Amino acid sequence: MLSSHSIDGIKTEIKSIASRIEKDVVIMEVCGTHTVSIRRAGIHSLLPPNIHLIAGPGCPVCVTPTGYIDNAINLVREGRAVVVTFGDMLKVPGSEGISLSSYTGSGSVRIVYSPLEIFKIRETVTKPLVFLGIGFETTIPTIAAAFLRAAEENKEDIYLYTGFKTVPVALEALLSMPDSMIDAFLLPGHVSVIIGENPYREVLEKDGGIPGVIAGFEPDDILIALLFILRQIRKGTHKVENAYKRAVRPEGNSVARDAIYRLLEPADELWRGLGIIPGSGLKLRQQFSGLDAKHVFGFKEEYNYEPPGCLCAEVLQGKLSPLKCPIFGKTCTPEEPVGPCMVSSEGACAAYYRYGDIKV
Amino acid sequence: MKHIKLEHGSGGALSRQLTEEIIYPILKNNIYTELSDAAVIEVNGKIAFTTDTYVVDPVFFPGGDIGKLAVCGTCNDLSVSGSKPQYLSLGLVIEEGFPIEQLIRILNSIRSTADSAGVNIITGDTKVVPGGKGGNIYINTSGIGVKEYSETISASRISVNDAVIISGPIGSHGIAIMASRESINLGSKITSDVALLYPLCRSLFGLGSRLRFLRDTTRGGLAAILNEICSGNSFGLNIRESAIPVNEDVQAVSDILGLNPIEIANEGVLTLVTDPGSAQEALDILHRHETGREAAVIGNVTEVFPGRVILETLVGGKRILDYPRGLLLPRIC
Repeated sequence: MLSSHSIDGIKTEIKSIASRIEKDVVIMEVCGTHTVSIRRAGIHSLLPPNIHLIAGPGCPVCVTPTGYIDNAINLVREGRAVVVTFGDMLKVPGSEGISLSSYTGSGSVRIVYSPLEIFKIRETVTKPLVFLGIGFETTIPTIAAAFLRAAEENKEDIYLYTGFKTVPVALEALLSMPDSMIDAFLLPGHVSVIIGENPYREVLEKDGGIPGVIAGFEPDDILIALLFILRQIRKGTHKVENAYKRAVRPEGNSVARDAIYRLLEPADELWRGLGIIPGSGLKLRQQFSGLDAKHVFGFKEEYNYEPPGCLCAEVLQGKLSPLKCPIFGKTCTPEEPVGPCMVSSEGACAAYYRYGDIKV
Repeated sequence: MKHIKLEHGSGGALSRQLTEEIIYPILKNNIYTELSDAAVIEVNGKIAFTTDTYVVDPVFFPGGDIGKLAVCGTCNDLSVSGSKPQYLSLGLVIEEGFPIEQLIRILNSIRSTADSAGVNIITGDTKVVPGGKGGNIYINTSGIGVKEYSETISASRISVNDAVIISGPIGSHGIAIMASRESINLGSKITSDVALLYPLCRSLFGLGSRLRFLRDTTRGGLAAILNEICSGNSFGLNIRESAIPVNEDVQAVSDILGLNPIEIANEGVLTLVTDPGSAQEALDILHRHETGREAAVIGNVTEVFPGRVILETLVGGKRILDYPRGLLLPRIC
């Protein structure tokens, strides 16, 4: 990390630019990991009163529609398949209030750290295996690699339930919302490692665009990126800048992208909070339809259901601070979560609850 | 006889053999002179009495083992209660198949730690559970200490502006265990801080009522203790992250494992609160001890945000430091 002297320098410049901007500036941190890092380091508490940070839709579990979760639960409940998933999906409640975690004891829900573990599980289980494919460009390549291998080796009874989401298309949707108040994006570092800088340029550098700065996850990474954003706002530019060059190459990682697009192609996708965003998801290509859980199991069409009182949908659009949700910290806590934003460790509500909202 | 058998816990001949030939010769002392059903001791004045059970995995870890931990942990609980540890009981629950050579190593470690602490093991018990039904070896120790510090150690004696002090770098016990479980081998760079805290405590008792509060910073780490101090009280704590001593290797491994040293268990670190004018004196006292060499004032008691711990982060931001949430690290002590 930078020395405290350098950090003080950045903070001073942020304050000085903010005072010259003379209006409120709303910056959305798109990525859930950024939200956690900002709250954990108390970065929001350091900013001048006219600079506002809001959490975005970048927590994969949070934006997964209720219908997707219900479909996964039904697979297990009806004994049609064994569901294989990353751990963060377990606790998200479906529309009936139960989650996949209720079934972990039955052996019908398997938690993995790597999608490749599905091949080992295949050897020990007789039922079909369904992998819950959720996440952004960060996690999609490894899942794609596993399923390309499944196709190559003609593995049987291994299926992918696609619920993937891509970031740049979602940014465009957020910007084009009629009541959007977002003045700039703090862009996700890990996603950018894969996609590089260009997909953002297409969205943010055209007419009507806003500044976007790719940031790492250390507190000083975030402070520098915020400074870059404010400099742009002061100058009135809207460029994509990379403040995380030690990890993000301008062109991204083409090998990882090839894996994604060999297996998958763009599709319309339902987001929790944001509705259907055309072209923001990924479906299996025609030649891989044999791996497609949607074909084999005939799922119900996905939908969103918000539990009574839950305002996660508005939190995910950046329209509502978690602190203003009437059930936040009252009937909705990390121990007894109502909505997904309080369930996931990357969820905005969980981060706000855990680290509070202290003003210096 | 190379491994523990179920018969070693049956109460029959093998039980007797294990006790008489292995356990007793290592642990015997002036009081534990014969294998009777209970020890009889004479105590003057007020005593402190505590118990703790040790299930750490692995049993041997960098910087210590379950035996040393079982003696230090219980003695430390007595020490921070203002008393001098004197007597311990020792309950062993051993899994069938456990190597006797390892049991002997653990018993020797118990003996040498007890000798350093000046305590006697005066009663004990051994049970054996079937293979696969236990975790190698579990140890329970109960302890009796004689009260030396006349004040009551309680958060109710804390007032605004008091100083919060930590006696040494945090996180090394938990991270040493986790690193060895995850096979992150860093030579001898990270070792558990497991240590006897009585010498530190005894020196601090001299502060009298200027010492407000004293705790062993174990499970839940510093975060849990700080919250326990102010939870439900009319004062809050302001803690400076930059002032908290953390060994840089411990910090690095914590980052790798996604853990935060502030939430990690310690086995040789005191958290104390003193009146503001005595903070320097307390530091001077601690610095004279090897285990207190890196003691530091990490914050103070405030009237803002009663009941909450506010952490001033490394970049100068402020946030709430809450109790650790979710599944804490299992079998860490």
